[in-house]
Amino acid sequence: MSTQQAEPESQEAPKDPEMQGAESPAAETQEGDGAVDQTSTDASELDGETVHIKVFRYDPEVEGKQEPRFDDFHVPFEKGMTVLDAVMYARDEYDSSLTFRHSCRQAVCGSDAFFVNGKQRLGCKTQIADLEAPVRIEPLPHQEVVKDLVVDMDHFYDQMHTVEPYFQDEDTPAVDDLEEQRQSPENREKIKMSSRCIWCGACMSSCNIAAGDNEYLGPAAINKAYKFAMDDRESEEIKEHRLRILEQEHGVWRCQTQFSCTEVCPKDIPLTEHIQELKREAVKKNLKFW
Amino acid sequence: MYEHDVIVVGAGGAGLRAAVAAHEAGADVAMVSKLHPVRSHTGAAEGGINAALQEGDDWELHAYDTMKGSDYLGDAPAVETLAKNAPEETMNLEHWGMPFSREEDGRVSQRPFGGLSYPRTTYAGAETGHHLLHTMYEQVVKRGIQVYDEWYVMDLAVTDEPDPNDRECHGVVAYDVQSGKIEGFKANDGVVLATGGPGQAFDHTTNAVSCTGDGHAMAYRAGAPLEDMEFIQFHPTSLPSTGVLISEGVRGEGGILYNNEGERFMFEYGYANNSGELASRDVVARAELTEVDEGRGVNDEYVHLDMRHLGEERIMDRLENILHLAEDFEGVDGLVEPMPVKPGQHYAMGGIEVDENGQTCVSGLYAAGECACVSVHGGNRLGGNALPELIVFGKRAGRHAAGDDLGEPEIRTGYGDDVEDETDTELPVQPGEAGLDTTGGVAADGGVTADAEGVLERTVETARERVDYLMEKDEGVQHAEIRAKLQRAMTDYVNVFRTGDGIREALKVIRECRQEYQNVYVDDPSRTFNTDLQQTIETRNLIDVAETIALGALVRNEFRGAHWRQENQIRDDENWLKHTLISWDDGEPSIFYRPVILEGENKTYEPKERSY
Repeated sequence: MSTQQAEPESQEAPKDPEMQGAESPAAETQEGDGAVDQTSTDASELDGETVHIKVFRYDPEVEGKQEPRFDDFHVPFEKGMTVLDAVMYARDEYDSSLTFRHSCRQAVCGSDAFFVNGKQRLGCKTQIADLEAPVRIEPLPHQEVVKDLVVDMDHFYDQMHTVEPYFQDEDTPAVDDLEEQRQSPENREKIKMSSRCIWCGACMSSCNIAAGDNEYLGPAAINKAYKFAMDDRESEEIKEHRLRILEQEHGVWRCQTQFSCTEVCPKDIPLTEHIQELKREAVKKNLKFW
Repeated sequence: MYEHDVIVVGAGGAGLRAAVAAHEAGADVAMVSKLHPVRSHTGAAEGGINAALQEGDDWELHAYDTMKGSDYLGDAPAVETLAKNAPEETMNLEHWGMPFSREEDGRVSQRPFGGLSYPRTTYAGAETGHHLLHTMYEQVVKRGIQVYDEWYVMDLAVTDEPDPNDRECHGVVAYDVQSGKIEGFKANDGVVLATGGPGQAFDHTTNAVSCTGDGHAMAYRAGAPLEDMEFIQFHPTSLPSTGVLISEGVRGEGGILYNNEGERFMFEYGYANNSGELASRDVVARAELTEVDEGRGVNDEYVHLDMRHLGEERIMDRLENILHLAEDFEGVDGLVEPMPVKPGQHYAMGGIEVDENGQTCVSGLYAAGECACVSVHGGNRLGGNALPELIVFGKRAGRHAAGDDLGEPEIRTGYGDDVEDETDTELPVQPGEAGLDTTGGVAADGGVTADAEGVLERTVETARERVDYLMEKDEGVQHAEIRAKLQRAMTDYVNVFRTGDGIREALKVIRECRQEYQNVYVDDPSRTFNTDLQQTIETRNLIDVAETIALGALVRNEFRGAHWRQENQIRDDENWLKHTLISWDDGEPSIFYRPVILEGENKTYEPKERSY
């Protein structure tokens, strides 16, 4: 973990924990310089710079954190440092109560979507150097905050499950246990982008319609349905069944093509385009138009 | 208290497959995972799934390659089970809708991988694990299998008979990460551990932050031995700054490794005159570090992996994800410049000792996937063999736990009359002498003797006391400090190249970590989503696991597979065709050995010199 190899040698990186999380009562009780000594690297590589991050804090249980606030941390900067690296450093060195989800740190587990300088991004995939300081790191908007940067994802998962997100081949001819269903490279290419979704929730959080309509399936769930609906391995019957789910009142027709989902998707999935294509499919099939 | 027939701990590839299999066998199944299933580390696997699907290939060739790759430390019954079942299980994924890469005729594509005599690696771009994980989670959703996501399993509820072979596992204790509530989960038929790898024992790893060896440590403390833990795979191509994995698929498609002189060193310096970049992973990892040590590394740290000559079209078709990783995490455009790579901790060949049915020596306790050692990978895992292991042995564990009869296993588990005792290696400290908790108890001593509910209640009580203690303690040392120290020692001393002195040094540091951990405390006072608490508990698991890795590495004074010892750079078949087993016994590790099984169904795999 590169973040732990950075030693704050410079004057701008005071080791006094009170300077790090000035408003944080938790930080004041901390010893601050614990693990740093174990992993020191050549400080000249750090150019003596620190990066200033402002992190959203909230905890319903802790008296000093019930009123949401921002804490300031000055983290030693290292080339290649990501937003996730910075918050991990702040947590491990300055305030162990700083809470956020993260796991793979390579943009595939989808758990560290934050609102960074006003945009939904994956923390692990966002270079600090590309951002304007101080870097504001907040939980995803339009979702209930559990604590600090952690939001309640249940509604997001519920919407994903609503579209019957699993392959349904009951109507297709049975294939032998050792024989695959054939799929053309073109058809695989057609569904490729939609299959990259990592369920991070960035798109849902960025969508104005989803913010105002809790029942709207949302871009991620519609994209998930797209993956199956456009896969030639499923039968026409099930495709129609899928379109019926999608054309319901809170389905594809709610999308107002604002492109915010497409803009924030960390996997570059053309979500808006997929939604429009499903609308066209629904029209072709003469399904109900809301 | 929650109650189900089968409890699956962990929801990555092996856990999901076990859950679906147990469900199909008629059991009421629940999955308990500290992450949401789609966050599991299986999603980061890139390369593919080895399965003999095509004419001209067959399972026996796959088994042979795997035995050779393992440096003859794989158990033939396990290896053959893997090779025989991989085709059907891979096709099963296809039938569930997994978006594999395709040939013009619509069939699934296969490509060459290191150590394989046939291009039998089935793949979905360079993101095979992501698709496998999501495809299997979809099947869990389809079946309505109960998932307790973001519940962290702290311990197993196991009876405390003196002999682990007589113990029974009745369930697990977990806490709800979101609320802090601690509850028992009673398993009427069995518990399947599918908790993944222990890569966080090292500080340069391709593994997710969540890969903390929880299952290893819990099973170990409950009496199931850990097997062959010294065999840690260092993947030859991880990005130097972060450890992010660059798939072996790059070399499979024709990617070339260069040193700072622009020499294709795998051939130039004779590391692998036949296979070059596609020699098995241990060979390539050592070659890279030798180049760096001899002054031919780039920036004295890494080598270059070049795929530019493959052309944009092929790269975009088969390796697109690699371009994104190199760009996002190293700022390198793989289409116009070579990528920096160096070995990184990647995979644990060893794990919880199980038989072909996934069962440990503790009745009702199963393990599958990377946390288990069956053993199919022996001293070195071939690329593309982890994903078939997940589905083949995940399924078997799930079915057996649910009561399906899979026949008598040939592999034996636990301490018995077929084992060889002790070691003549002098251990540097009395390892494990220092306990880890002032609250005592837990399953460290094997739990308690009582009926199922009594065992569970007592284990829940102990877990609650332990968490209260950690939360109420106001000062001491924080887990992050101990964890960083442990990771650094393992990377410094128990890496690709190992010496006896270095490993002894690592064991001393691990011992210090144990002692410091006695004084650990949790600073975050909140019960809501307390990651400080969770990581504190994980750190204890990492200490246990790191100790077994280092102990195994110390006693195995030979060179086999990924385990290289400076003092003895030859494979010693006379003394070491055997598995290292470490069990937690009366508060400290004890070591014993079990012979490797080289007799397969139709033939015996005679150890030969490995050359590529």
